This record gives sequence, C-alpha cells and structure tokens, in this order.
Amino acid sequence: MKPSNKNINIKKLIPKSLIYAIFIALFLTGLLLSVWVGSVDIPIFDTLKILLNKLPGINFTHNIPKSYIDIIEGVRLPRVILAALVGAALSIAGAAMQGLLRNPLADSSTLGVSSCAALGSVLAIALKLKTPILPQMGVFLSGIAFALLSFVAIIALSYRIDPSLSTNTIILTGVIISMFAGSMISFIVFVSKEQMRNILFWTMGSFAGRGWEYVAITAPIIIIGSLGILGYWRELNAFALGEEKARYLGVSVKRVKITIMVFVSMLVGVSVSASGTIAFVGLVIPHITRMLSGPNHRHLLPLSLIGGATFMMFTDLASRRILRPAELPIGVVTSLIGSIIFIYIFHSQRNKTS
Amino acid sequence: MLKVENISVKIAGNQILSDISFEIEEGDILMVIGPNGAGKTTLIKAIMNTVKHTGKAELKGKEVSKISPLALARQIGVLTQKNAQLFPYTVEEVVSLGRYAHQTGILGSLSPLDKEKIEESMNLTDIAHLKDRSILTLSGGELQRVFLAAVFAQDPDLLILDEPTNHLDLQYQISIFDTIRQWVKRENRGVIAVVHDLNCAFNYGTKALILNEGKVEAFGQVRDVLNRETLKRVYKVDVAQWMQTLLNYWN
Repeated sequence: MKPSNKNINIKKLIPKSLIYAIFIALFLTGLLLSVWVGSVDIPIFDTLKILLNKLPGINFTHNIPKSYIDIIEGVRLPRVILAALVGAALSIAGAAMQGLLRNPLADSSTLGVSSCAALGSVLAIALKLKTPILPQMGVFLSGIAFALLSFVAIIALSYRIDPSLSTNTIILTGVIISMFAGSMISFIVFVSKEQMRNILFWTMGSFAGRGWEYVAITAPIIIIGSLGILGYWRELNAFALGEEKARYLGVSVKRVKITIMVFVSMLVGVSVSASGTIAFVGLVIPHITRMLSGPNHRHLLPLSLIGGATFMMFTDLASRRILRPAELPIGVVTSLIGSIIFIYIFHSQRNKTS
Repeated sequence: MLKVENISVKIAGNQILSDISFEIEEGDILMVIGPNGAGKTTLIKAIMNTVKHTGKAELKGKEVSKISPLALARQIGVLTQKNAQLFPYTVEEVVSLGRYAHQTGILGSLSPLDKEKIEESMNLTDIAHLKDRSILTLSGGELQRVFLAAVFAQDPDLLILDEPTNHLDLQYQISIFDTIRQWVKRENRGVIAVVHDLNCAFNYGTKALILNEGKVEAFGQVRDVLNRETLKRVYKVDVAQWMQTLLNYWN
C-alpha cells in the first residue's frame, strides 16, 4: 500500500529559510530565558544588557549592579553555554550516526557509546590519570577514546551477528554494551576511594556548577567535531542508499565511515566527560528536524545543531526549576521525552515495514 | 573497453564464480544471462572490486581495483538490484546523488552542468513530474526509474545494470532499452546488463554472456550464443519451444 503523500506536500510549503529563522529565534529566546531565570531575580532588561555587552563594541553595563554581572557572567552564562554546546554536539552526532547506520533509532545513548565514554572518564578519575598541560584533559581524552572504542566494537559486533546491520541488531548490541559499561561504572565508583561525584551524575547527567573552564575545554573539540561532520553531508546522503551504492557513487566508504566515527566519538566523549550521559537528545532533535526539513543532511545537520543547543538549554532550565530549590538531573527530563519519541519512531517504523 | 580476466570468487567456502573471462568493446551492449544463483550479481561486484576475488578487471587498460572510488564513479555507473530506502528523500535529491563524483566545490553545491545532467536524466527516464515526491511514496517501477536516472546523471562511460527493467511494465522496458541503445552510440561508451528476459537480450544485445553455476557457459555475439541447445542445457527447459508456444497465443 502506498502511504499518502499529504504531509510531503505540507513540507514543501515551509521554506528552508523560515525553518532556520524559527530555529535561531528559539535558540536566542532559550539563551535569554536560561540566563535570566534563576534563584536571584535579575530584571530581564539588565540580563539582556549584560548579554549584549558581550558583543564587541557595545557597552551597556554602566548602571547595573556588580553582583548581577557576577552572577550572570560568572555562574549562569558558562553553564548555559556548556549546555548549548553539549546539546549541539549530541544532536549532530545523533544525526550523523542515524545517517551512517541507516537507523533512525541510533543515538549515543541507544548505541551505548555514551555509557562507554562515561566509563572512560570514570576510569581516568579513579586511576588519577594526569595529563601534562591541562590536568582535567585526561578525563576528556579517556572519554573520547572509550567512545571510539565502543563505537567500533558495536559496529563490528553487529556485522558479525547480522551483516545487513538491521535496526534491531544494532540497538540490541547497544543495550548489551550499555549494560556492561553501566555496571562497570557503578563498580568503579563504588570501590574507588577517590572523591568522585555520585553515580547519578554519570548515568543521568548534570550541568550544575559548571564554570568557564569546562567551556574552554569542550568548545574547541565540539567546534572541530561539528564542522567535521557538517563537511560530510553529501556522503551521509549517499549512505542512505546503502554502502554498496554509496561506493558506486564515488564515496570512499571505509575512509568516510572511520572519519565520521572519529568525529562522533570526539563529540560524544567530550560531552559525556563534561556533563555525564544525557540520553536521547541525539534521537529526539534529528527526528523532529527531519520531520520539518526532510532527510537531506545539507539542512538536517546544521538545523540539528541549533535545535540540539536550544533543546538542551530549555531542558536544563526545566531541570533547575521543576523541583526548586533542588535540581533534577537533566537526563531525567531528556529520557522522559526521549523514551516516548523512541517508542513512537519504533512503532511507526514497524508499521512501515509490515 | 572492459577486459575481465580469470575472475573467481569464493565466499565462505562456496565457489560462486570460477575463472570468468570476457571482453567488451566500445559500443557493445553485453547481456549477462543465466538462471538464478548463477553468480551474475557477484560478477558485477567482482568487476567493481566490492567483493573479494582473484583475477582482474581492466577498464581501458587500467586495473579497476587500482582506480579510486571517486575516479571510478566518473567512468562506471552501476545500477544495483537492491537500494536501501528508509528516509523520505525526494526524487530530485536521489538523482542529484549521481553527481557526487563530479562535484568539486567545498560546499558541494550543484554546478549548472550538474543541474543540466540531473534534469536530462529525469527526462530520459520520464520521472521529471515526480521530482518533489518522496521516494517512499513511489511504486516499484517509478523507484527503479529514479535509480536509473541517478546512474545516467553520473554520466559514466560504462553502464553496469543489474536487472534494469525489474519492476517495469512493458512500455518502460521498451523505452528504457531504447534509451540505452541510443546512449551507447556516443563515442567511448559501453553497457553491461544483467537481464532475465531472453527476448530483450536478443533484441537489444550485441554480445551475450551466459553464466551457469558460476562458470561461463557461452560468450560471444548474441546470435551465436543464444541458441536452442545452449539455452536448453542451462535452463533445463526447451526455451525456443516455449517461446513458440507463447507466440501462438498472439497469432
């Protein structure tokens, strides 16, 4: 039976530039709201002025109390920027994994890449792994290395079990790897004498108390990884027709696959090391974006980037406010939304194939 | 143009192809025929170096396995039997993928030449009116023409088509092969097509290669190869007799 093409015609009606405009507007709104709302009340115009002051050539801050500036610039802004960076990273990484594996359910959390990155970071902390220049860098590098390792392992294992790399096989392999990594994390955190933040941080994620030093480490890696993936939009489109076909179109399949995997691992590894495993962002955002802009990676990738950043700022805001003054781990919010959308995609896919 | 020498393929201990050799010249349309499981699709993969094999394929004197995928895609276009379709790409987006090997800009935007080739290919396979449709909403025949258009857009010298008229109704089977016959007339071009329809092989082929159980049963000019005895041996059916019977219905 042929599905109706009604929704496709609607999609044609939304111009791409309008989608970009809406995404950017939402992003800016999210940024302002996230910095504005907090335990100390700061007037929204003062917030806006302090933010605009960050732009070159603007000086608005003369009659604003110093404490406001300190709270916004020193406490709220780095946390919000980190959330945006991590959201962008997880989201574009998810879109890339879905394209690469032709699997709409692929995400760093469903594949187990996030859990393995967390395991890497936990191990580095427990073993007091120190790197020469930046002491915390060891945690990040170990997270990235474990992410890459797990990604390779998942693909190799799935190929072994089922060379067609069907959705179910990959997801099942991811579940197994996730469970393994999860139990290892719990074990290490439990026996380690090192002062380690609690297990909840690694399994549910949080941006609480993150300062500029985290932004300084994550920003360059996330920018490089994202630009790297953005450069492969045509190859990711070709992969949608299958690896053999992509090769006949002229894509160096193996090289491209490995490169994308390295970029994805950088993004996931650094995000998890900075804020723990925040599940399902890479599933939810590309899915919603695809419904609006279509599957072409030319637009899917940049829109997922902006959408992911926006989504993460809003969920971080929600996690701060829902049970205030207590803070919910952000992963509670993303997993709640994500699991519902996961079931929805899984269900609609089943209908399509049967 | 393409010279295949002693290609053998073994997968998991099974000999899929043994010692295949043949050669096609400029202007040839080689029809590859044979029963199911004869190794036709594997032969394409071996030529294109996407399956482990011994022996070699040479394109204009250069070994195919030594040509980079990008350079190869500008010279050989392959229509595969199976194409994954999962996401709702539009027809035009899929046909544009055919230009991948020709796009040189960093941003990979389409040049006027790319756009021209894409439009030309869509007209050639009669899918221009579908260009904004999602490929998930197409019928099997429409989809087949979309993938064919992508291969034409690739603008190669050699076309390798695995069952190009699969899913196509008679009208399009004829028009596609008429198109291919026109296409190959230009300088420096050749076609290899895996087909099941022997009439089609007779009508449009210049050469034929019959595969049976992974071996070359016969190779040569179509008229020499497709004879009653050989076909009877390969298909275990008196094909000529069967065709006669069918023809009687129409008389």
